[in-house]
Amino acid sequence: MSEISVQLENLSFKAQQLSDQASQLALAAVETSGGHSDFIIFGITVLVLACFVGYYVVWSVTPALHSPLMGVTNAISSVIIVGALLAAGPIDATISKYFGLAAVGLAAVNIFGGFVVTNRMLSMFKKKS
Amino acid sequence: MSNLTSVAYLISSVLFILSLRGLSHPTTARRGNFYGIVGMAIAIITTVSNPGVLSYKEIAIAFVIGGLIGSVIAVRIQMTALPQLVAAFHSLVGLAAVFVAASAFYNPSAFNIGTIGNIPLGSLIEMAIGTAIGAVTFTGSIIAFGKLQGFVSGNPLVFKGQHLLNLLLGLGIIALIAKFCMDQNPEYFWMIVAASFLIGVLLIVPIGGADMPVIVSMLNSYSGWAAAGIGFTLSNNLLIITGALVGSSGAILSYIMCKGMNRSFLNVLLGGFGGEQAVSEGGAKDDRVAKQGNAADAAFVMKNSKTIIIVPGYGMAVAQAQHALREMGDLLKAAGAQVRYAIHPVAGRMPGHMNVLLAEANVPYDEVLELDEINRDFSDTDVAFVIGANDVTNPAAKTDKTSAIYGMPILDVENAGQVFFVKRGMASGYAGVQNELFFRDNTLMLFGDAKKVCEDIIKGLEN
Repeated sequence: MSEISVQLENLSFKAQQLSDQASQLALAAVETSGGHSDFIIFGITVLVLACFVGYYVVWSVTPALHSPLMGVTNAISSVIIVGALLAAGPIDATISKYFGLAAVGLAAVNIFGGFVVTNRMLSMFKKKS
Repeated sequence: MSNLTSVAYLISSVLFILSLRGLSHPTTARRGNFYGIVGMAIAIITTVSNPGVLSYKEIAIAFVIGGLIGSVIAVRIQMTALPQLVAAFHSLVGLAAVFVAASAFYNPSAFNIGTIGNIPLGSLIEMAIGTAIGAVTFTGSIIAFGKLQGFVSGNPLVFKGQHLLNLLLGLGIIALIAKFCMDQNPEYFWMIVAASFLIGVLLIVPIGGADMPVIVSMLNSYSGWAAAGIGFTLSNNLLIITGALVGSSGAILSYIMCKGMNRSFLNVLLGGFGGEQAVSEGGAKDDRVAKQGNAADAAFVMKNSKTIIIVPGYGMAVAQAQHALREMGDLLKAAGAQVRYAIHPVAGRMPGHMNVLLAEANVPYDEVLELDEINRDFSDTDVAFVIGANDVTNPAAKTDKTSAIYGMPILDVENAGQVFFVKRGMASGYAGVQNELFFRDNTLMLFGDAKKVCEDIIKGLEN
């Protein structure tokens, strides 16, 4: 009995060692790749899948609403404001920050302009009374 | 990026997809737009709560100023001017992309992509490509805006060696990107921007006014790819997903527009189609005389018709005739006629332009039909009333292999019992091709401003 328990203890110790080694290796792998180059493949995967989603969704849009479609896509392409906000975020007044603030302003014109004009268009589409 | 942030961005992405999905039918479309607004709000709030974002006051000022400008323009703009508005908005996305990329270049640590002079190669390439697409979108959209608004001549501007110049510039940009990636010199960054600005102008100047639906859609697509490019720089899936949605949407619209003209995308891009040169070649040779009618004749004929199909084109938009046209339609309906509208895919200056104008004039959307929905009905129709459209009705597209518009799908108005053409004069259409229909026995030309003609017909109907 005691022999088995000793063996079990040894095994669990070895398993622990192995898992430690594995996590160290994984950490090293992330460090050497810088974390970013991993994103390129991941990002391209997302891009390609999103293109497929876009393809099917856009073909289902009725031709009568192609102008509002352009209005909405124009508004949502201003999601670039996410980048602009990060750029404008730091307290220090740097050239980088001013570029960011300018981009926030431009994107805001688009976001409001795009959604408002689309809403105006869509509110005009009425059924036969 | 924390998990919470990632989840919030994912929710935003899904809402954006749903917002496009909503546009599959007019009844769900407004809800779709609302999803888009919520998605954008989530994206902005999530980003602002990022620990790196601290200058709330300045951001709020920039955001409010931009938002006010955008809202005021969007509320005031006339629906006939939508195409130029959309073009102008695209240019802003392009410029914003350039600014974000510049910002990332001068302060890479804010985006977690290394330090100045030590940006990883992958990020440099993404940054450079995002910048180039953004810059092309910016100037290209400005020229498109100028052409649509009338600041720049709508005629194609072609010169010798144009395509060679574009090719050289394109290669130059690639070389500059390579240089930029090697030594991270700000000079190269700005040279990429300048060269892309230039190519954006050169790409759009040779393109004529009526090809603008393709170009506006194409620029819509570019603004999406620019956002996706910046998404790679930021390692942000929301930007990539949204960019891909917008990019594919614009690409599909361009494809639909090209198909509506039976032209390849490349053919449109190479430009030089239409304009004055083509008009003088094709337009003046004919000495046949078209039968001319007046509004009273048209009113009389239509009052005694059972079925009427109205075919609107860009001329209706220019004359702002949609309200008078709807009033005319109402009177005809009151007189017992069935009135419907037929829309060609490339009618107007942007996809779906005519549908919006008719909706603005309170025409119910179920009376407005697309080409393949209504084309067969012309043969059972008493009157086809063509207002401000020309090439899209020209039977030469089906019969004359030498014609510039051969193969283009057309509305078969010739099959109707009686055809009225409301036109300002006998000039040929955009493609510079004479329209055989003008000389048919069952055609009557109503010369004059589209709005004026409609008003005169209304008077005739009321008597």
